[in-house]
Amino acid sequence: MPFIPHTEQDIREMLAAIGADSVDALFDEIPASLQSRPLEGVPAGLTEMEVARLMQARAASDGQPLCFLGAGAYEHHIPAAVWEITTRGEFYSAYTPYQAEASQGTLQVVYEYQTMLASLTGLDVANASLYDGASALAEAVLMAVRANRRTASRRILVPRSIHPLYRRTVDSIVRHQGIELVEVGYVPESGRVDRAALEAAAEVGFAALVIPQPNVFGVLEEAGELCDWAHEKGALAIGLVNPTALALLQPPGEWGEAGADIACGEGQPLGVPLAAGGPYFGFMSCRQSHVRQMPGRIVGATLDSEGRRGFTLTLQPREQHIRRSKATSNICTNQGLMVTAATMYLALLGPQGLERVAAACHANTRALRDALAAVGDDIDVVFQSPFFHELVVRLPQPVAPVLDALADKGILGGWDIGEHYPELGNALLVCATETRTADDIRAYADALREVLQ
Amino acid sequence: MLIFEHSREGRTAQAQMPAALDSADDIPAHLRRQSAPQLPEVSELQVVRHYTRLSQRNFSIDTHFYPLGSCTMKYNPRACNQLAMQSPFLARHPLAPERFGQGFMACLFELQEMLAAVTGMRAVSLTPMAGAQGEFAGVAMIRAYHDAREDLARTEIIVPDAAHGTNPATAVMCGYKVREIPTADDGDVDVDALRAAVGPQTAGIMLTNPSTLGVFERRIEEIAAIVHSAGGLLYYDGANLNAILGKVRPGDMGFDVIHVNLHKTFSTPHGGGGPGAGAIGVSERLLPFLPVPVVGRREDRYYWQTERDYPQSIGRLSAFMGNAGVLLRAYIYSRMLGCGGMERVAEFAALNANYLMHRLRDAGFELAYPARRASHEFLITLRREAKAYGVTAMDFAKRLLDYGFHAPTTYFPLLVPECLLIEPTETETKESLDGFVEAMCRIRAEAESDPEYVKNAPYTLPVRRLDEVRAARQLDLRWTPTGAVED
Repeated sequence: MPFIPHTEQDIREMLAAIGADSVDALFDEIPASLQSRPLEGVPAGLTEMEVARLMQARAASDGQPLCFLGAGAYEHHIPAAVWEITTRGEFYSAYTPYQAEASQGTLQVVYEYQTMLASLTGLDVANASLYDGASALAEAVLMAVRANRRTASRRILVPRSIHPLYRRTVDSIVRHQGIELVEVGYVPESGRVDRAALEAAAEVGFAALVIPQPNVFGVLEEAGELCDWAHEKGALAIGLVNPTALALLQPPGEWGEAGADIACGEGQPLGVPLAAGGPYFGFMSCRQSHVRQMPGRIVGATLDSEGRRGFTLTLQPREQHIRRSKATSNICTNQGLMVTAATMYLALLGPQGLERVAAACHANTRALRDALAAVGDDIDVVFQSPFFHELVVRLPQPVAPVLDALADKGILGGWDIGEHYPELGNALLVCATETRTADDIRAYADALREVLQ
Repeated sequence: MLIFEHSREGRTAQAQMPAALDSADDIPAHLRRQSAPQLPEVSELQVVRHYTRLSQRNFSIDTHFYPLGSCTMKYNPRACNQLAMQSPFLARHPLAPERFGQGFMACLFELQEMLAAVTGMRAVSLTPMAGAQGEFAGVAMIRAYHDAREDLARTEIIVPDAAHGTNPATAVMCGYKVREIPTADDGDVDVDALRAAVGPQTAGIMLTNPSTLGVFERRIEEIAAIVHSAGGLLYYDGANLNAILGKVRPGDMGFDVIHVNLHKTFSTPHGGGGPGAGAIGVSERLLPFLPVPVVGRREDRYYWQTERDYPQSIGRLSAFMGNAGVLLRAYIYSRMLGCGGMERVAEFAALNANYLMHRLRDAGFELAYPARRASHEFLITLRREAKAYGVTAMDFAKRLLDYGFHAPTTYFPLLVPECLLIEPTETETKESLDGFVEAMCRIRAEAESDPEYVKNAPYTLPVRRLDEVRAARQLDLRWTPTGAVED
């Protein structure tokens, strides 16, 4: 019996203590009409050796192509120590730290994480994380509607240059609460938010503007100007940011005159493997004045009965297990283990290391741009704007077959972004992080040249 | 100490960063960061030692008996972790073509099929990233179902008063009003109150079975009939599936939609508060509304089913494929258990819970529902001890930590005073359970002879009892070099 420790003698003694004839008798309150037949549709069990063989074969069959895909998930080097320590059983198999005295390890990690994240985003306080970047944006939208007391509007301005899968996620999560997501277009030449469209969308009032930095095209927005504009209109500014980029870019808390009110984004680049999409974590930070509207777990420092520093979950009256139907969100868990990894990642990189990683990503993407542009005169860089570590190129042929042919050569050539933005034509979103070498970039350019011939 | 307090200017973990700083001068100066973020400057060894030591300040399943009710803290097999962390799985980009994910997608597809089989549902979507997201998906599908039929007068979700707090919070997120119904004295839902509560305004009911009181809802078929005949649907909160896995299926009870906490019943690690995974299963009539993506199979190839395949889908709950790595762990666990192992989960979860319940009762502790079988968990109330010695359930909980046991869930459900909700799970030995009973008896004896001693517990942990009021009133949510409190 896998993972069940009972001996025959244990079972006899335990049933005797209960006063039951058999284990089946323990289920005698379940109506007989409901009791299951033997399980169908589940195969017989495997030993660890057998399941290892199966899983090794499946992993091997998936292969490891050379990756120039980004679009919300990024391949970065993860120091070996990060997951060696993160998967220690004491972190891995602990629950949410309800018993603070028995959870000081997890709680202190989260407090350190909140400190790092708040500083990285230039804001006052961070929560202990949400599920992923897209759902964090949804929670930020809900939070902004609660926090903006200057307007009764439930309209949120959402640039079309935000990741389409993020916009769909936000829509799925907020649509039942009378919130209207208003799409704002971008300027075709620059890939940046269209200011005229923004003014038009603002005419009937709105609660918040989402400012992506960088946006889904990899393009850097004039975040400070957009932030000031939102504030002039009495709205809040939500920054949707890449955490690696924040080592180089002005943090949301310093945008414009007053800074963004809320920052959020995908934490995966900070030490979390790509892993087919998850688990990742969403981060969120805000001004101190909004902290009681923030969803999710928050850890605070306090003192124990002998005056020593300790850590505990705090501000719990915001949460579902206390407030029930009046909670800020239904969220219970955070992504604690991923945050543990991210905290170690940031500690190992330090301010200097993170800046070097960000700069290397940017430099490699610049090199990729030049290498791809050199493949042929008919390959264009679509937007003439500053970028971080992604950009859109236009191919002379439909993108899908080109990507397919590149995949035959073991290269993931990027994301077919034209599928979501048909107006861009044969557009391809490419990314080169610090993990791509000059040889990798050359290999990609050579392969593309062959494919396009 | 905090990692920041180890920091020294100019110290680095050199091996972990690119050798040189590339130029980013082409990014306009006004878009660039002016001052470095507050990250520690420490060596690799300092990081390893600091976080290893922090880990040692945690209780966990791997180190302690952890009978936290409603949380199913069972052993998380190490094979599940090791095999899910193979490099092709970790390196897979979520937007990579299906051809680079056939092995991974086969696992997800088979997991969908197995979960559908054990829950008795028509189909499963694996995308929700936690139980609360699974709940959200479930109630959103109920809403989509009524909306698609243009049955727009249904504005209420019924929730028993014993429900998890997520239930009412979720109903509100889906735009519903919450109507609470009471629990009868025997722990079952008050069926008369339910009958009075349903009507043309009823969208559905959210129910956990066994309930959070640790007892099986015996009149579930009648409840299903009442709700269905009023035109409402039944949502099953799968928090307590461990009690019935292989014994009875929510689909057979009449539920239309369920979520399964894979981090409970399917043994994926809790990670200090996540990641979890809240897969959802649906009956035939909710099938068109499943959240995407779902893994489909066409001949021998696996592919992503999206909005194109499910045009009435409630949409996406994450940017990509939910907590994929958690799903792999649940798959590996399911394959190791197999059909026989799954049937035994509920049997031995119930054996351990009923044994522990009887041992505590025989030792003189008061059961909240003495006439009932335990499911996979049960409730005791310490109201007598609280009255006699002034020692509360929370004091017992803190003192248990000194005895090397993680505390059971305290003060939940809210309707039983001074309660402990105790869930031993099937992976614990009889010796662990006996040790827990002995500790409870010793704490009661301490409470009788020296109540102050128990009220000041714990004594043996890294910190003594923490001042939670101070934490909430003098908010300190980040470290600053000047404002730090002394260790």
